[in-house]
Amino acid sequence: MEETKTAEPSRRDFLYVATVSVGAIGVALVAWPLIHQMNPDAAALALATTEVDISGIEPGMAVTVKWRGKPVFIRNRTDAEIAEARAVPLADLKDRDARNANLDGGADATDENRASGPDGRFLVMVGVCTHLGCVPLGEAGNFGGWFCPCHGSHYDTAGRIRTGPAPQNLEIPVLDFSDSMLRIG
Amino acid sequence: MRRGWGNRAAAGTLAVLMGLGLTGREAFGQEGDAEAVDPPPDIVVEREGEGEHAGEDDHGTPHYPLEKPERIAWSFDGIFGTYDAAQLQRGFQVYQSSCATCHGLGRVAFRTLAEPTGPYLSEEAMRAIAAAYQVPDDDTGELRPGRPSDYFPAIAPGAAGFAAVPPDLSLMAKARGVSPGFPGWLIDGIIPYQEGGADYIYSLLVGYHAPPEGEEAPPGLFYNPYFVSGAYIAMPPPLFDGAIPYADEAIPETVAQYAEDVAAFLMWTAEPKLTDRKRIGFQAMIFIAVFATLVFFTKRRVWRGVEH
Amino acid sequence: MDLHALTPYTPRSRPARWLERRLPIVGLVHSSFIAYPTPRNLNYWWTFGGILTFMLAVQIVTGVVLAMHYVPDATLAFDSVESIMRDVNYGWLIRYIHSNGASMFFIAVYIHMFRGLYYGSYKEPREVLWILGVILFLLMVATAFLGYVLPWGQMSFWAATVITNLFSAIPVIGEPITTWLWGGFSVDSPTLNRFFSLHYLLPFMIAGVVVLHIWALHVPGNNNPLGIQVKSRQDVLPFHPYYTSKDGFGLALFILLFAWFVFYQPNYLAHPDNYIPADPLQTPAHIVPEWYFLPFYAILRAIPDKLGGVIAFGGAIAVLFFVPWLDTSKVRSARFRPLYRQFFWILVATCIGLGYLGSQAPEGGYLLASRILTAYYFAHFLIIMPLLGFIEKPKPLPTSISQPVLTPGAAAAQAPPGAH
Repeated sequence: MEETKTAEPSRRDFLYVATVSVGAIGVALVAWPLIHQMNPDAAALALATTEVDISGIEPGMAVTVKWRGKPVFIRNRTDAEIAEARAVPLADLKDRDARNANLDGGADATDENRASGPDGRFLVMVGVCTHLGCVPLGEAGNFGGWFCPCHGSHYDTAGRIRTGPAPQNLEIPVLDFSDSMLRIG
Repeated sequence: MRRGWGNRAAAGTLAVLMGLGLTGREAFGQEGDAEAVDPPPDIVVEREGEGEHAGEDDHGTPHYPLEKPERIAWSFDGIFGTYDAAQLQRGFQVYQSSCATCHGLGRVAFRTLAEPTGPYLSEEAMRAIAAAYQVPDDDTGELRPGRPSDYFPAIAPGAAGFAAVPPDLSLMAKARGVSPGFPGWLIDGIIPYQEGGADYIYSLLVGYHAPPEGEEAPPGLFYNPYFVSGAYIAMPPPLFDGAIPYADEAIPETVAQYAEDVAAFLMWTAEPKLTDRKRIGFQAMIFIAVFATLVFFTKRRVWRGVEH
Repeated sequence: MDLHALTPYTPRSRPARWLERRLPIVGLVHSSFIAYPTPRNLNYWWTFGGILTFMLAVQIVTGVVLAMHYVPDATLAFDSVESIMRDVNYGWLIRYIHSNGASMFFIAVYIHMFRGLYYGSYKEPREVLWILGVILFLLMVATAFLGYVLPWGQMSFWAATVITNLFSAIPVIGEPITTWLWGGFSVDSPTLNRFFSLHYLLPFMIAGVVVLHIWALHVPGNNNPLGIQVKSRQDVLPFHPYYTSKDGFGLALFILLFAWFVFYQPNYLAHPDNYIPADPLQTPAHIVPEWYFLPFYAILRAIPDKLGGVIAFGGAIAVLFFVPWLDTSKVRSARFRPLYRQFFWILVATCIGLGYLGSQAPEGGYLLASRILTAYYFAHFLIIMPLLGFIEKPKPLPTSISQPVLTPGAAAAQAPPGAH
């Protein structure tokens, strides 16, 4: 053994290193399918769309639908709520990003950029608190919007975070209004 | 002495593995038997045809099918096989025209029709096909136009006019296989032949004949020597020359062509990941072979100068 | 020769010394898999122990992954397996590895067992090692059977029905035991659910017994192709790098074969009928078990009596427990046992023959052949093995492992190279 090492150290080292490296690469390649299998499967990805009939939702009414396993709040806001939301200056907001999947990133969190549907009456957003994932309560909190009971985050009537630990405005999913139908996702 | 057993051992390993595989492969013999190509006439009895598995036989072990399926050269056979999207699209057309009334395709989602390794329909075409079907909604249970995430609807009992529901075709190409007997299966393992199901479907569809002389088809049954569980099958011949117009005029509109296309389509419904499997498999085999070579030289290096 | 590698582990760094005083696990690994003195003449048949360990790991890893997607319910099991095959990311790959892995596991274990039989690895002082091996085989058989039921295809269902009905052959308590196994009056969801639970449990029991098996190996040390005891340092090599590299090469070739099945013949060793969902109202025309059970299945069917068949079936495995005492010869390796070597190959042929017969319909000539081979199988262990020790004249043994190796002339005179 010792002779072998001294005779051709570089070749032996290269062979060793190459073998162990290829083996390690092989293990890494096999690891990927074992990890990736836990990601959403093709059937789950295909179920990414939900359709809702919104014709029955009068001003002041709200419905909650399930989309990708999460609640989506659909609220036809009252005029007062809309006015209140529009009056808030951007400077007062904790998160100034619209968080609207229908707009390019970086849009301001104005009510116009958050609202949707005919005349911007509707507010459709994922009902999951951006803090730690609880579902906020509607028409509650210091700003008349939503209030998360878990850790006390207050959202206004445009679903924007105003006070509390949550870092971001409630997320707005991809929406498509056509007549009385709303497609989410 | 020194290397006698060791080297022979290495060389013999494969042979032993094959030997063990031999006993296993015979498990395939269940639907067809090596020695049974020409069974004595008294075994050819009338069969119930409605299920593809026609139950027990009072006359000893049945030796069906009477004839082995014909082997077709498929685009998806061999080590580099891939599905031919155009053929799968034609096959789907045949399925819709001639099979869908009676046979469901319940494990196939509409979305998969657009997969690049499958029929590769355009997104719009796929959505249009989905929307043409009425499927029950998961939440409400009411019928609504299908969406990409939905599956081909099942055939309701009685809907096709049969007492029993004809079998779903999603997995048919993997649920049928006729052993070629010894030593054919051994060669099949190496070729590698794994298209027995597609060949079976093809042969069954082109295999309707008049019954042999002196025999008469029982009412409502049809003679088909390729049928796996009897000489007579309840399914009427589903394909006729020219019955289905193909968009591509270069493709003949014959029963044989229809049968080949729909068999390829059903192979895809049964094994939609076949193209991926063969592609990844080739890369994996090369990688492992390289690794094995490296380990071999490392081993030889380590053992050099060691008497053993 | 790298003799210093045979020396015990001495921790060099401070943290290593700290750990070693509290939990000498590095030293244990070192003495078991690095410095472990291994006979220098092991051939490639000895690589299957490592291959089996690898296969156990593969089956546990892929099995845990599959359990994340599988649903053990009679109405959903088949669908969940199909969703693994179609929708789960790389699900088809993981499932084909797992289902073909079972076959590869059995290929390896049968080679491993026949190697033990050929070289007399079960003889004093390795009886406990052998018995633990037979226990491992029994656990493997149980695990493979339980796993085969899970896809809930026609073959799964009818395999479960037939095998659980074996227990009904037991007098008096047979019926209640069968009902208890089923959790109902036939194989159904409760059966499937408990089979899934046990299928998940048993591999970890196998892993535990594997530890005992390796322990029982490392106390007396490896047997070797000559079947003689290690006498000096000259006879052994440290396990690493000599046998890590040799096992590694054997394993790499084995993985190549494994990959062939997974990627190019994933259903070759399986049965088409298992792609038909379970139907309790219709038995497939022929039911046969997976290939690795076929010899035992042939023995079961060879006996024209329900209880007798079950006893023969169990006895075929149980007889292996007694092999260390049924073999009366003092010589271990078949290399030096001209008669035993011939009977060994007849036994191999018998087992392959039984496997073939197990796949055929139990009638006519097949049935007669099954009976002859079954009788021979038991005769091999119960009559031939004990008698051979008395009538066979073994060839002279070499004085040590290193002696025939280091002086080829002497080896040629004393032990002709594996001639047969």
